[in-house]
Amino acid sequence: MNPNLVNLVYLIAGVLFILGIKGLTKPKTAVRGNLLSAVGMMIAVIVTLMDSSVVNMTYIVAGVTVGTLIGAVMALRIQMTSMPEMVALLNGFGGGASLSIALAEYYSRLGLNATSVADLAAPVVVGSSAFGDGFQGTVTLVSITLTVLIGALTLTGSVIAFTKLKEIMKNSYGLPGGPIGNGLLLAAALFAVGTVVMDPGNTSAMLMLIGLAFLLGIFLVIPIGGADMPVVIALLNSYSGIAAALAGFILGNTVLIIAGSLVGTSGLILTNIMCVAMNRSLGNVLFGKMAEGGETIDADEIYAGKVTSAQADEVALILETAKRVVIVPGYGMAMAQAQHAVRELANAMEARGTEVEYGIHPVAGRMPGHMNVLLAEAEVPYDKLVEMDKINPTFDDTDVAIVLGANDVVNPMARDVEGSPIYGMPILNVDYAKTVVVIKRSLSPGFAGLPNPLFAMDNTIMVYGDGKKAVIEMTTALNQA
Amino acid sequence: MEVTILLLALFILSLFLGVELITKVPPTLHTPLMSGTNAVSGITLVGALLAAGSDTSPLLVNILGFVAVTLATLNVVGGYLVTNRMLSMFKRK
Repeated sequence: MNPNLVNLVYLIAGVLFILGIKGLTKPKTAVRGNLLSAVGMMIAVIVTLMDSSVVNMTYIVAGVTVGTLIGAVMALRIQMTSMPEMVALLNGFGGGASLSIALAEYYSRLGLNATSVADLAAPVVVGSSAFGDGFQGTVTLVSITLTVLIGALTLTGSVIAFTKLKEIMKNSYGLPGGPIGNGLLLAAALFAVGTVVMDPGNTSAMLMLIGLAFLLGIFLVIPIGGADMPVVIALLNSYSGIAAALAGFILGNTVLIIAGSLVGTSGLILTNIMCVAMNRSLGNVLFGKMAEGGETIDADEIYAGKVTSAQADEVALILETAKRVVIVPGYGMAMAQAQHAVRELANAMEARGTEVEYGIHPVAGRMPGHMNVLLAEAEVPYDKLVEMDKINPTFDDTDVAIVLGANDVVNPMARDVEGSPIYGMPILNVDYAKTVVVIKRSLSPGFAGLPNPLFAMDNTIMVYGDGKKAVIEMTTALNQA
Repeated sequence: MEVTILLLALFILSLFLGVELITKVPPTLHTPLMSGTNAVSGITLVGALLAAGSDTSPLLVNILGFVAVTLATLNVVGGYLVTNRMLSMFKRK
């Protein structure tokens, strides 16, 4: 097929991807945007299949069949609470695909016909123009090696992120020396990059690069856990896009570059939003611990004798007379699968004429927008889901704020106690509401490991127990009132 | 001028376009944005098809191509389907 025509079709596909993301700027146009994007993907694939060099269909049919089956089953079966795991895996697959393409291109240009593993490490004499002449050749080699580096670390990093989200791996480990250990690994990987670029026939340097990049991915993600996961997932999302764009430079393929850079910026912007919402730098999330607290805060001293607790039906009495209620969900709501129960409670209150809104902190949950998707699943209208900056001024006029499975994002120490490890992190000012109801299993601290003075405030009522059960009991009591 | 320079121009301009577009996506759609961009990054399928379908390359290249086709298809199919599933929940009402 005429290469000009192929590239024109790639251009159309690129435009459709752009329109697809533009559709995502409004919930109303989002479904259509996603379809446009899928159409772009389809025409790009079809025009590629018509390329004269694509003759051997065996591997293609096998790969497409396996990928479609697994992908469809995952997409249709996954629970909305598990979306972070799904996205983590997709990030990894994206990195793995770019890695495989870069390696295929490398070995193809070497003409390496390996029949055993030992062949992969044997040096190859490379013709001077195997990777292109002069500048072109250098660009190709740099693109191949960087795609291998980023693709491989995205793959292993995402697998680790997945096991952390699934809570298969609960502990966090680090390399000795933390950032220094990772820095040494990165330096070694970059040295391997340089070696292959200078001497493309040095196949063992390529194997070294793959191994080092795998290790780097593992050790970058292993020390990070819990509430920092949204940052990691967004960052790996970005890496998978950058790897795709780099693969575009290897193949001289325009649509890979357009699509890859869109994905790369998307991930980076989300990463930045998450960091700002925690008032921490990216470096601090990746390598740092939470800042040391000035003086150790004694949880007993804060809570002793000051915590009021109540049963769900007693809370219902307060909800009966409330004019405005704000529900603040956190990861605990996802853990308890309580989103439908929450919606029922909101229905019961709205039926009595109470105004109900939801205050969503940007880092609530385990990925950007996690809470919004869960509540959308429970058919909460999206205009009821209010961003932090917009809901905060309304707490003064709020009768009851219900905190369900959130902790650090409502900790007033972040606002009031200078020198506290989380000082400066923007929070939802639930304590400004007339009454705060906190539904929680116990007084245990959140991810930051800090006691929460909110629980001991005069206007706070603790409801201990399973989130879903407590919410259902409140709804029942309210409906009987 | 080398083709590479043109590709670089395309890359840089796409980055700027990406920033303009993505900053307008509301937080409520950030999860579908991530799964949707996962699907878009499955565009590597295009490169994977070329590697897997070549008849003149060594077997190793075809096998790597097969792996790439499988993973990229997973992203495309899984990404678009799950994004559609999520977005339809936002749409209904």
